Amino acid sequence: MNALLTETQLEEFRTRAAEMPHPRELVIDLLRAIQNNCGWVPDEGVELAGEILGLSPVQVEEVATFYDKIFRQPVGRRVIHVCDSICCWSRGGEQVYGYLQEKLGIVPGGTTADGIFTLLPTCCLGACGEAPAMMIGLTTYGDLTKERINEILAQERQAALSPLPRGEG
Amino acid sequence: MTDTPQVLFKNRRPGETAFLAEYQRSGGYEGLRKAVKMTPAEVRETVKESGLRGRGGAGFPTGLKWTFFPADQLGEKYLVCNGDEMEPGTYKDRELLLADPHQLIEGMLVAAYALQTPVAYVFIRYAYERCAQNLERAIAEARQAGFLGRDILGSGFACEIFVHRSAGRYICGEETALLNALEGLRANPRSKPPFPAVRGLFGKPTTVNNVETLANVQHIIAHGADWFRGLARTESGAGTKLYGLSGHLNQTPCLEAPIGITLRELIQEHGGGVWQGRKMKACLPGGASTPFMTAGQLDVPMDFDTIEKAGSRFGTGGVTVFDETTCMVEATLNLNNFFARESCGWCTPCRDGLPFVSWLLRQIETGKATMDDLQTLRDQLRNITGTSFCALAQGAVGPIESLLRLFGDEVEDHIKRGRCPLKS
Ligand SMILES: Cc1cc2nc3c(=O)[nH]c(=O)nc-3n(C[C@H](O)[C@H](O)[C@H](O)COP(=O)(O)O)c2cc1C
Ligand code: SF4
Repeated sequence: MNALLTETQLEEFRTRAAEMPHPRELVIDLLRAIQNNCGWVPDEGVELAGEILGLSPVQVEEVATFYDKIFRQPVGRRVIHVCDSICCWSRGGEQVYGYLQEKLGIVPGGTTADGIFTLLPTCCLGACGEAPAMMIGLTTYGDLTKERINEILAQERQAALSPLPRGEG
Repeated sequence: MTDTPQVLFKNRRPGETAFLAEYQRSGGYEGLRKAVKMTPAEVRETVKESGLRGRGGAGFPTGLKWTFFPADQLGEKYLVCNGDEMEPGTYKDRELLLADPHQLIEGMLVAAYALQTPVAYVFIRYAYERCAQNLERAIAEARQAGFLGRDILGSGFACEIFVHRSAGRYICGEETALLNALEGLRANPRSKPPFPAVRGLFGKPTTVNNVETLANVQHIIAHGADWFRGLARTESGAGTKLYGLSGHLNQTPCLEAPIGITLRELIQEHGGGVWQGRKMKACLPGGASTPFMTAGQLDVPMDFDTIEKAGSRFGTGGVTVFDETTCMVEATLNLNNFFARESCGWCTPCRDGLPFVSWLLRQIETGKATMDDLQTLRDQLRNITGTSFCALAQGAVGPIESLLRLFGDEVEDHIKRGRCPLKS
């Protein structure tokens, strides 16, 4: 597993926390930074965030567990969030979700055997004009068809396997 | 087709973002220049006269909201922009921030001047990373140009704007939950009163406004309250509106049109009509929490009061259309599943009531329900109405109430036939 935070990040967060009147407001930034490095937020990440912000682990935990885009369990290198809200539903969102499950061989909440993709539902992504849509990492993809999904998955798989720093997700 | 004056979308080009140079070419920051030569009270008064109503869903008059704010009181106070935009069918703020982020930054600076808040936050949802980046660039440009930071345009007024990136959950858009989220607390709503204007962010006076609301402010100052009122087609309305079309239409654009345009024009002219040559059955006129309207109501002008008279709510201006093959029970079930999942869990009518409503709707949809279940559904709606801690659960009730009111026969048909009548 990668370091929770790089030396530079650690220093930056500590400095900012010391300067801010309400350091607690950094908690989401911190959790997201840790998640970006590790792929998810392990217990040590919760403890570290608490230590930097002067909070108990449970004060961090109650925030971390509230958000569906903070992962407190290991996930694949790329998390696919499929919109299951009304506009995507009206334009084939269920078929997209079904196709992704079939193509990746996993059920919602599952991770592919090679550890690359985790599949999750999400509420509306604000891509209602391009429904059906999904988000992988922080990129939103709309106007999905089977062909487009195949292309996107191939691209994302390759990017996930490349040694370059990956995007958040 | 768009002979409407484009105020917020004037710099919008497909696939591009307008930054400072382009924004200023079309009169950008003239509103702020003018505002800082007025007194804050004059700016607030102009916004009040303009008739601007909140674009975040509730339609509260912005000028009136600002009169509750202790602008003249010295000390810590905040302006917060609500860019959570997670109500299904709503994507206008995203389109605005993708196209022209300075629209919001200038609007926020004028509002901050009017309210005399030295610190402002933009709360941006997780899925809008590009919007967050656009805003950060716009903030840097505005600082460089002397529009933001210390002594703005030599007025002595100082304002900093911070971008807060969130991590999901619809409830964060409820203004008091949003304040908790910003503070780094679990994002359950707070009780009101005290209202944010009295005790808001970090316990200090705070005004929360929607992205589109704030983006209108500098135009009102630049061109005047009468001009703004004149943009609307209805007598009582004011301004243009960003409408996001979705659902069973040939085209699903987001566009700027006057307040008071009819649903028919939106659907026929801008949406290219219902797809696949079908007829329209219903629509959500303003997002997932607004009661359904039917094909018989197409000539209702899109404004707060007119839509309310027609039994629904103007909401956020996100119009989702359903064609004649749609099962309204199934559509409502999808909507309710959203609210049930996004419930913050704080109060019982919502946390327990909404999943029970979903269960009942699923029983109906799959043909397993009895007439007693339908009565239980009605009872549940009554139990939830007016008892929930915040407006999320109330929003969930909107579509269901309208399902029973407008499509009661279709609901009963499911029960009588023991299956969904719209599926073969
Ligand atoms: C569950 C829930 C979610 C909301 N989400 C948003 C949102 O994403 N954006 C928004 O501007 N207002 C949202 N609102 C309304 C806000 O509470 C608040 O009324 C609004 O931000 C005020 O801004 P306005 O007066 O400029 O519209 C939501 C309300 C509720 C109850
Ligand atoms: S109505 Fe729902 S979202 Fe609002 S406080 Fe109650 S449980 Fe939370």
